Amino acid sequence: MLQIKDLHASVEDKSILKGINLEVKAGEVHAIMGPNGSGKSTLASVIAGKEEYQVDKGQILLDGQDIEELAAEERAHKGVFLSFQYPVEIPGVSVTNFIKTAINETRKAKGLEDMPAKDMLKMIRDKAELLEIDRKFLSRSLNEGFSGGEKKRNEIFQMAMLEPKLAILDETDSGLDIDALRIVANGVNKLKSKDNAVVLITHYQRLLDYIVPDFVHVLYKGRIVKSGGKELAHELEEKGYDWIKEEVDA
Amino acid sequence: MDLKEKLVSSFLAFENNQDVDSPIHDIRSEAIKTFETSGFPSKKEEAWKYTSLNSVLKHDYSVFPKQENALDYKDIKKYFIHDIDTYKIVFIDGKYSSHLSQTTHDGIDVCLMSSALVKPKYKAVIENYFNKIAPKDSLTSLNTAFSNEGAYIHIPKNKLVEKPIQIIHFATGNEAALMLQPRNLIVVDENSHVQIIERHQSLTDNPVLTNSVTEIYADKRAIVDYYKIQNDNKNASLIDSTFVDQKDQTNCFVHTFSFGGKLIRNNLNFYQNGEHMDSTMKGITIIGDKQHVDHNTLVHHIEPNCESHQDYKGIFSDSSTGVFNGKVVVDKLAQKTNAFQSNNNILLSDKASINTKPQLEIFADDVKCSHGCTIGQLDESALFYMKQRGIPEKEARALLMFAFSNNVLNSVKIPELKQRITNIIAKKLGVNIGFDL
Repeated sequence: MLQIKDLHASVEDKSILKGINLEVKAGEVHAIMGPNGSGKSTLASVIAGKEEYQVDKGQILLDGQDIEELAAEERAHKGVFLSFQYPVEIPGVSVTNFIKTAINETRKAKGLEDMPAKDMLKMIRDKAELLEIDRKFLSRSLNEGFSGGEKKRNEIFQMAMLEPKLAILDETDSGLDIDALRIVANGVNKLKSKDNAVVLITHYQRLLDYIVPDFVHVLYKGRIVKSGGKELAHELEEKGYDWIKEEVDA
Repeated sequence: MDLKEKLVSSFLAFENNQDVDSPIHDIRSEAIKTFETSGFPSKKEEAWKYTSLNSVLKHDYSVFPKQENALDYKDIKKYFIHDIDTYKIVFIDGKYSSHLSQTTHDGIDVCLMSSALVKPKYKAVIENYFNKIAPKDSLTSLNTAFSNEGAYIHIPKNKLVEKPIQIIHFATGNEAALMLQPRNLIVVDENSHVQIIERHQSLTDNPVLTNSVTEIYADKRAIVDYYKIQNDNKNASLIDSTFVDQKDQTNCFVHTFSFGGKLIRNNLNFYQNGEHMDSTMKGITIIGDKQHVDHNTLVHHIEPNCESHQDYKGIFSDSSTGVFNGKVVVDKLAQKTNAFQSNNNILLSDKASINTKPQLEIFADDVKCSHGCTIGQLDESALFYMKQRGIPEKEARALLMFAFSNNVLNSVKIPELKQRITNIIAKKLGVNIGFDL
């Protein structure tokens, strides 16, 4: 589904990604871990199409198609979803209206009519229930005054509504207490299928107890320096990142 | 002959058609003298520092249109709020159009200034209210000198006027250039409630200059809800001076929606002559090209225990320019005043500009006054967030701008009007999505 080949990327002439290779197949869960500043969030932003990031070399293929020239919204229409580390507050737009607009714009891009209001309402109700989101919450302005946990839960709610092919969750576990983490992880697990894929970007192993990855990659200094199964995450939890840094820097 | 000379000399011709024994005659004669002495305001005056009238004064305006023009309702229906029943006072090139209007004398008076000024039945109201709060500045005086036509609305006490009243001025292009000077008087007696929508609409590319003056008097516990729709075409300019006199426990709201026109200057003045009242003025300005919109507001808190709320939003693109000059005066007597003012602006281009200037003159010591102004761009991180969720750039920008103006839009109390304003904004932003925010 997603193939990243020798990806080099920079922001404001500062080179951050220095040759990433990654393949994610449908039905898989990948975790990308690594110390702060290793390029994890940059990788997420580059895949999602944030304009400030410049691809200097390499390719990102989605279902075999190079997506470099596509705008962020076109990538979204193709099924790329990024759960933001810091979701943006948008005063004056309610959660419900935002997600309605997002869904109908995506449908429009695919040549479909707006989703009938009745279906939309039912879907909103079902997905809100899945993530244990209160109805009142849905009429509030998007992310405005939300707690850290509410913001993250709202991200996963939107993911549930948009049913992406490739979901990238950037530090979704940060700022979550244990109950919220369980709810979010449960939501992600229920949305998983053989047709979609999840990339978890995280600093800690904690989330991976709830969403079990098929593969774990360690990103350091803009490169994937180690890959393995879920046991690699446990090893990192025990030993920290220093031994990897030493291996690489040696 | 420049416009000032032309107006001064036209006054004699105008007077020949008026009753010289009327008390208004003296008011008019006095007013033309004031205008003759002071002339049009220039940028040298502090209140006009950022707005030059030069570009609109250069045309050779007809002051009295020579012929009447008829308009077919179906051609201009779109300028009305037509999906609800309303009273209508409609003028074409400054002349009353009876076939487009729907006036009334049934318990309330919704009719014409021209008849109110001459008929004995209205004499008491005219003597009590006409030109009583309009100040003696040059443009208001100019309007007073030529005051003859406009809307006359008198709501006696304890009336809830169930239908909104629309006042619409059309310019047809019969004249190469046309100057209009409507004069409105609105008197709302105790416990009464009225909603009014005012619009100036040119149907031509010929230059039109409107110098409008409106006096509004709200007696005890009255509620006046006034909406100004300024979405005129590119050669039409408007100077609107509105004066509101409020008594005890009144609520007066003025919403100004400025989306079009060459130059717009709004002088909006509230005088709080009583206690426990609320004055609210809100506005949304969305302009582009070389358009210019200037909001010049004043709230004068004279007595204790009153509130005022000002909330103006502006979105400026291309080379458009905006001015917000908001003055709040709190007299020594006006303790426990709560006065709030906020002016937020988004500049969408490097060439667009806004000059915003709060002026607070506070002479009482136990008051709450706040003011804030912001000037910024659209939030890029919010745009990326929205695009990531599949909302295209144009729609994302529009949604952000809607959200920005939302709390002003939300306080519009006539649903059909709110829908209309929403549609106008969507059209201006080039999007076709029914955001029900």
